[in-house]
Amino acid sequence: MFLHSSSFRHPEFRKGVADMLGVAPGIAAWGLMTGVAMVKSGMSTVEALLMATIVFAGSAQLAATPLLLAGAPIWVILATAMCVNLRFVVFSVHLRPYVMHLPLRERLLAGYLTGDLTYVLFVKRFAQPAHDAPGRAAQMAYMLGNSGLNWLTWTVCGVMGVVLANAVPTQWGLGFAGILALLGMLCSLATNRMRWIAAMVAGVAAVLAAALPLRLNILTAIVAAVLVCLLLEKTPLRSKAAPSDKGH
Amino acid sequence: MGAFFNGETNPWTVLAIVALAGTSVLSRSLFFISKKDWLLPHWVQRGLQYAPIAALAAVIAPEVVMTQGVPIHTVLDARLYAVLAGVLYFFWRKGAGQVVLGTIAVGMAVYIPLHVGLGW
Repeated sequence: MFLHSSSFRHPEFRKGVADMLGVAPGIAAWGLMTGVAMVKSGMSTVEALLMATIVFAGSAQLAATPLLLAGAPIWVILATAMCVNLRFVVFSVHLRPYVMHLPLRERLLAGYLTGDLTYVLFVKRFAQPAHDAPGRAAQMAYMLGNSGLNWLTWTVCGVMGVVLANAVPTQWGLGFAGILALLGMLCSLATNRMRWIAAMVAGVAAVLAAALPLRLNILTAIVAAVLVCLLLEKTPLRSKAAPSDKGH
Repeated sequence: MGAFFNGETNPWTVLAIVALAGTSVLSRSLFFISKKDWLLPHWVQRGLQYAPIAALAAVIAPEVVMTQGVPIHTVLDARLYAVLAGVLYFFWRKGAGQVVLGTIAVGMAVYIPLHVGLGW
């Protein structure tokens, strides 16, 4: 069970909320600035409010907005959003064994609510899917608390951004707080040398491939990092203190 | 009402926005849909442990060292120092509670004065 009263009462629900609370200010600032950006780019208030309430995907919203305003065909808009969201498809492969015990409707809801940070925090807390009912209940309660707060923060702040669009100073660059939230998560995941390598390969690849359309550089970078790390696992660097390994 | 609701609302745009919400659901649950039993090859399972950090790095890096798709050619950029300060703070306070929150706060405390004050 995912969206169920027993999930809300589970102690893991509060743990999920607490873990998300630490990055919520970054999400809040980012959501706010996304709401502002939608209005400033020329969307009507109704359109911007609808987007802020139901789409729940920052990068897809920012990518789709100019296409919507230019009157691009709907399939182009959706294909763009799907490409920007391709990293979530990778996440869904990873999360599948954790959620397949749920009925389809709840699986779709759990998927919809799983943004970048929930995925990262969830697999960090639960390295393996649970195989018994209490374990599953705990994992789903954590996921609901974590992703629920993420959704609430993003949506409320996005709506605020739409409403206050003309009062929020855009030149301050408050949206950068979102990147810093992701950065903090990255640091907390960097627990061993291979993960540092994954981060560096992905970062460099994403910049080098930035000219790819539809933000496909992100997926390219993930695939490159995973492949490089798998190869390095097979043929480990000979010495632990190789000169090329400065770490960070 | 008229003062708050600006702009003309286009029904096609509304339809496209609803469909965009659909792509959020579809992309994030694509592999949740079929109940058919299948197992990931072992190497994919191993490789997936690198996906979270790689995804974060891939989203972050271009936002820090590029402007409108072009790499920056200056060190006078507030983002560089904000990221540096954030990372240093993280590893200084690692293990303490709410260290990510501190990373955001320290990063912004460096970013805003440089960006707004000095125009970096």
